[in-house]
Amino acid sequence: MNGSPDAPRPLDITASAGVVQARQLARALAQECRFSLVEQTKLITAASELARNTLIHGGGGTMTARLVEERGRRGVRLVFSDDGPGITDVELALTDGWTSGGGMGLGLSGSRRLVDDFVLDTTPGRGTAVTVTKWAR
Amino acid sequence: MSERVPVLQIGQVLLVSIQIDLDDQSVLALQDDLAAKVVESGAHGVVIDITALDIVDSFVGRMLATVASLSRLLDAQTVVVGMRPAVAITLVELGLSLGGVRTALTLEKGLQVLERAHVSSLGASGPAGAIPDTAAGR
Ligand SMILES: Nc1ncnc2c1ncn2[C@@H]1O[C@H](COP(=O)(O)OP(=O)(O)O)[C@@H](O)[C@H]1O
Ligand SMILES: [Mg+2]
Repeated sequence: MNGSPDAPRPLDITASAGVVQARQLARALAQECRFSLVEQTKLITAASELARNTLIHGGGGTMTARLVEERGRRGVRLVFSDDGPGITDVELALTDGWTSGGGMGLGLSGSRRLVDDFVLDTTPGRGTAVTVTKWAR
Repeated sequence: MSERVPVLQIGQVLLVSIQIDLDDQSVLALQDDLAAKVVESGAHGVVIDITALDIVDSFVGRMLATVASLSRLLDAQTVVVGMRPAVAITLVELGLSLGGVRTALTLEKGLQVLERAHVSSLGASGPAGAIPDTAAGR
């Protein structure tokens, strides 16, 4: 299984060290994909926000990271997934500055702006998956 | 693993240079350390050097804003120096303006900002008030 490009190993995000590792992995892939400095910074920042959400709001989970290629473009795709409480009001959660407690309320809404594709898939009581993709220019 | 960031004191200024990617606990520990050291040392200024940081997310951004307002309450000024252009661009797009945080491009400029703020806080009787405007030219 080791090294198969089609099955990247999920990174555990079960403590704040996992958030640091998520940033490191996103950084490595962005560099491999030859992102510009600004694009790199945006992807790593989004990864940091979403990994923290997985840990804090989702009660822990994983990030799966891979390089993707589509219609001649190359990019990085990150999937954050947890089996936590899910999000009841998605629109509210995506509102700038809204937090259910303790945060700045910019993680979801802000990271949506920082990437090219953003898909939020959540079921109350079951969990949340956020898939983001950023393409090299 | 949590890391402790050293807080250096140079005269009346506390200097912190964040050199590694900190986890959230270490970020909070730094915030608490700085508040305690401002009181303990009676410093009038704090410089946080983020030259080495390749990102600032909302958690670190909030720490910077908190230290800035905290130090103000404790009669000190905070300046954040060395923010990379890509970090600034990303922060704005993230939605974090860091309005209450003073910034300077370099450590040297940051120290100048603190010096000016300190001198003006001493009021008209301070050294700056004694220098006539005409003396400031070339
Ligand atoms: N993985 C998740 N599981 C459950 N709720 C989440 C998750 N991610 C985000 N949320 C909810 O969306 C809100 C907004 O998230 P965010 O914009 O990152 O702000 P913050 O994390 O600062 O609260 C959170 O306060 C939380 O209620
Ligand atoms: Mg968040």
